[in-house]
Amino acid sequence: MANIMIRQGEKGLTFYLPKRDLEASIESIEFDSPEKWGGELKLDNGGSYYIDPIAKPPRLPISLRAKRLGAAED
Amino acid sequence: MSTMTREETEALIAEVLEVYPDKAKKDRTKHLAANDVSVEQSKKCITSNRKSLPGVMTIRGCAYAGSKGVVWGPIKDMIHISHGPVGCGQYSRAGRRNYYVGTTGVDTFGTMNFTSDFQEKDIVFGGDKKLAKLIEEIEQLFPLHKGISVQSECPIGLIGDDIESVSKKASAAIEKPVIPVRCEGFRGVSQSLGHHIANDAIRDWVLDKRDGVTADSTPYDVAIIGDYNIGGDAWATRILLEEMGLRVVAQWSGDGTIAEMMNTPKVKLNLLHCYRSMNYISRHMEEKYGIPYLEYNFFGPTKIIESCRKIAAFFDDTVKEKTEAMIAHYQPMMDAIVAKYKPRLQGKKVMLYVGGLRPRHVIGAYEDLGMEVIGTGYEFAHNDDYDRTIKEMGDATLLYDDVTGFELEEFVKRLKPDMVGSGIKEKYIFQKMGIPLRQMHSWDYSGPYHGYDGFAIFARDMDIALSNPTFKNLVPPWKKVEAEDVKKAA
Repeated sequence: MANIMIRQGEKGLTFYLPKRDLEASIESIEFDSPEKWGGELKLDNGGSYYIDPIAKPPRLPISLRAKRLGAAED
Repeated sequence: MSTMTREETEALIAEVLEVYPDKAKKDRTKHLAANDVSVEQSKKCITSNRKSLPGVMTIRGCAYAGSKGVVWGPIKDMIHISHGPVGCGQYSRAGRRNYYVGTTGVDTFGTMNFTSDFQEKDIVFGGDKKLAKLIEEIEQLFPLHKGISVQSECPIGLIGDDIESVSKKASAAIEKPVIPVRCEGFRGVSQSLGHHIANDAIRDWVLDKRDGVTADSTPYDVAIIGDYNIGGDAWATRILLEEMGLRVVAQWSGDGTIAEMMNTPKVKLNLLHCYRSMNYISRHMEEKYGIPYLEYNFFGPTKIIESCRKIAAFFDDTVKEKTEAMIAHYQPMMDAIVAKYKPRLQGKKVMLYVGGLRPRHVIGAYEDLGMEVIGTGYEFAHNDDYDRTIKEMGDATLLYDDVTGFELEEFVKRLKPDMVGSGIKEKYIFQKMGIPLRQMHSWDYSGPYHGYDGFAIFARDMDIALSNPTFKNLVPPWKKVEAEDVKKAA
């Protein structure tokens, strides 16, 4: 589990992992509706993370706990 | 528009790396690349923010350098204690030319060095008592200081001193903020982690201290984040922002004060210049206080105009009108500078190797002067910096991350730039090789380079360096005669 921050970027959502200073844009998000938002996040650097689905946050950026799926990416 | 093709650049990298043992070669290959503008993700072509190879010369600093030297140091009305042995503080004292207004030693302390001067007994028995006594003495000798930060040097982490508890006690006793910063030099691979630690310390110990306190504010409040006022840069920036009709509430951290920092959560927009060293606090403020941040670039008229319009777009029409008026006002001045220097500098080639921001930010300024950047690289950038750099650089130009002394020398020998922009450690090597160098860390004791005023100085300085007659006289007269004789004989 790691703390991550999701932010609204110019082109879409961006993902930021402060611990490793890793910034990447989110290519897809599993659930994207007002009631259920989150799930698996696919990043453009090849990594994927899982956040527990929550109600869509009213305001971004938001800090969340995420689980890494698969091997660590560079 | 680059002078080399991709194959040539790749061949050059391979050739330069030839001398390394296999393992080192494999590692270094990942850090060198020919730029490919079609790539969106820098990690596909270059690796960054990794530990330097043992045995090669690196130019990187340490976490303490990033925290005390860069982020905390310029806050002028605080006293920054270099907690540990005397050297770290003394040899980095006043070296970064963070200009400030104030009476040094009375109400400002920017160029002074405060240290706990660890001795053997402090390592053995711990230095907490010494730190407490030091803070007491500071309070007595410099009563006008507005706070203290304790910048740990390596031994503090190694012996496990509890600077947090000492700081809390001392803070209660002197009724001023005392901030422990865990920036021991051994942390991380470069000064970059020091920036992060310093930002986190500001977040935890400074930023929220005036939450709930109302301050008078206007809809035009902005903060300059990540401008360290080197040679007066932040002042040159501030002039422009004020002409745009904005109110600059805080300067982080060049010529800045702790009160300004505490008031920053009340601004409407954070203007982020040095992304590498202060994106952390900007992200935090965006999340906690809902203050958006905007990366801008005040090097060279093209980028200034672009940035000013981007900033103005956040505000109402009066700001937009003032911005356009300002741009129009300065345009003739800029045209005159370009008309004067462009013919002298046109087509000259530059190679850059600087810290974490300027290798991409100054490209626009060079291009405004008709110069071309043929190679660039960072000491301590991360992937996100290279993402931004790829778009700024021409195709097939050379990118180098944490370049070693040997590699940079070889690249310069092969690419033969007309000029190198780097730091003091590179300066004399390249000047002796006959290539002019401008220090892009400290502006070679000149500056400011930010803003319209800065561009005039930038253009002049580049011309001074390139037109220096010294470089025509590198061959001593007796050897010159011989060379001519040979020519005659032939």
